[in-house]
Amino acid sequence: MLNFYGKTFSSRLLIGTALYPSPAIMQEAIRASGANIVTVSLRREAAGGKTGDAFWSLIRELDVTVLPNTAGCRSVREAVTTAQLARELFGTPWIKLEVIADNDTLQPDLVGLVEAAAILIKDGFEVFPYCTEDLSVAMRLVETGCKVVMPWAAPIGSAKGITNRDALKLMRERLPDVTLVVDAGLGAPSHAAHALELGYDAVLLNTAVAKAADPVAMATAFRLGVEAGRTAFEAGLMEARDFASPSTPVIGTPFWHAVS
Amino acid sequence: MYQKSDLRGDSPVSIIGAGIAGAWQALLFAQAGHAVTLYERSDAEMTLSTGHWAGGMLAPYCEAETSEPVIGRLGARSLDLWRELFPNTPFNGSLVVAHPRDRADFERFAKLTTGHVRLDASGVGQLEPSLDGRFRDGLFYADEGHVEPRKLLPELHARIEAAGGTIKFRCDVTADDLDGIVIDCRGLSARDEQKELRGVKGEMIIIETNEVELSRPVRLIHPRWPLYVIPRGDSKFMLGATSIEAEDTGVSVRSALELLGAAYAVHPAFAEARIVEFGSALRPAFPDNLPRITVRKDKIAVNGLYRHGFLLAPALAELTLAYMQRGAIDNEVMRCV
Repeated sequence: MLNFYGKTFSSRLLIGTALYPSPAIMQEAIRASGANIVTVSLRREAAGGKTGDAFWSLIRELDVTVLPNTAGCRSVREAVTTAQLARELFGTPWIKLEVIADNDTLQPDLVGLVEAAAILIKDGFEVFPYCTEDLSVAMRLVETGCKVVMPWAAPIGSAKGITNRDALKLMRERLPDVTLVVDAGLGAPSHAAHALELGYDAVLLNTAVAKAADPVAMATAFRLGVEAGRTAFEAGLMEARDFASPSTPVIGTPFWHAVS
Repeated sequence: MYQKSDLRGDSPVSIIGAGIAGAWQALLFAQAGHAVTLYERSDAEMTLSTGHWAGGMLAPYCEAETSEPVIGRLGARSLDLWRELFPNTPFNGSLVVAHPRDRADFERFAKLTTGHVRLDASGVGQLEPSLDGRFRDGLFYADEGHVEPRKLLPELHARIEAAGGTIKFRCDVTADDLDGIVIDCRGLSARDEQKELRGVKGEMIIIETNEVELSRPVRLIHPRWPLYVIPRGDSKFMLGATSIEAEDTGVSVRSALELLGAAYAVHPAFAEARIVEFGSALRPAFPDNLPRITVRKDKIAVNGLYRHGFLLAPALAELTLAYMQRGAIDNEVMRCV
């Protein structure tokens, strides 16, 4: 089972609540995704806590765990303040920590991220840091006390899938006891399957489902992609090899087949 | 499907809310020969009405990007009614352009919508000379139009009175206060009876410059909101609108930056424009963001027009009238309780 700071979840898909055509479609898509955890942006969506009760009650109806995030924060101080506001608003020690270096590329500020994580952990938060595939940063986050690390597949909203497979594979190997989530950059269910096949514990996404022509169907597709990837990982994937390896015995094959 | 109705041509009808939804109901019922009384809590300036702050877009093709087919169906019928009853409504089409970095979103928009032709740089320049050389390509939706809400609402009110209707401004009533047939078009104020309604905040800015001329609304692709620069005459332009799940008032700095940034991206000369007004309003929406006509005997509620007030109001009025006169029921829009 997926474990986040001592809480277990059956679904390995975490999903965002932004950008859907309507709250009703958001609800239906989240249900179809099977996700147990939804992320909510305090700044972009919750308008710093001024969001209408009607919208919140639609999220509450889903009976899911809320993971607030600090999307849009550009400095350590901003991220820490936003996290504190989120804790008050949602009554949870969980925070998906984003410190953005540059508004244009949405690249995480890795130095600021480690700093902010240390401050928040000291303050009793359970931090889900959003970072790149850089192993040294991931290790620093773990040393700081993060039990979850969330490297990107590719830049936010790029829909490119996993662009640095080797680095993500290395991170999985070096941090076997940390809950690892691939966050951001996933565009297709096959990308999600790929992450799970690499042994990642879960994936987090939003745009790929919310902005699909049919978000509910796409949510179903991602649920299946995640299940396929995880099942394949547990089943044990075969190693790639350089040359063909026949699956049926060649001995006894008539020579005109063997040479063709 | 039909239901029995005892309504006659001269039955009195009370309508609450003289905003775009209520005003169209009043107009069609008055023209059909009913004695119509329209109640409005605002004064004739209509500043309490959501429509006062609206863009007034009649753009069913562009809206198809994020809305369901029923919006397109009702929108297409509404365009006919606007053309028929308000022949001066400008139908110069709308132009969609994108910043080069939003290329992928531009292509997505083209894929999810119909009714457009693709223009190259010179095509954009021919259509809007002010934008010549500014965009590599654009999408032109020739059949779309727009109205100026602050001129249109008074015109609608005058037409209602000309058709024999009475309008009572500064008159805050609910359906329970009135006898006989009541059509409740109060928008978000109807929350007392329609609990599912929520407000979705929209923010707008009006600017003024004579350095840029546009003949039609220009929509700039934005990752979250449909942002338009709408020419308003007298060298004024409306920039709108954001769409935020919040029920507070006023315009945030972030939204102002994004709206003004959109204008600047459409044409740098907008940087020299004068800011005339900031404004915001709450759009009434049901959880599916679709309109709803709720029928409870002789009390009817028309609500949830969300971002599509001007686009949907005529078609919804026609549906209500058809129900009252002939018992015609539109299963996609009507609910009988």
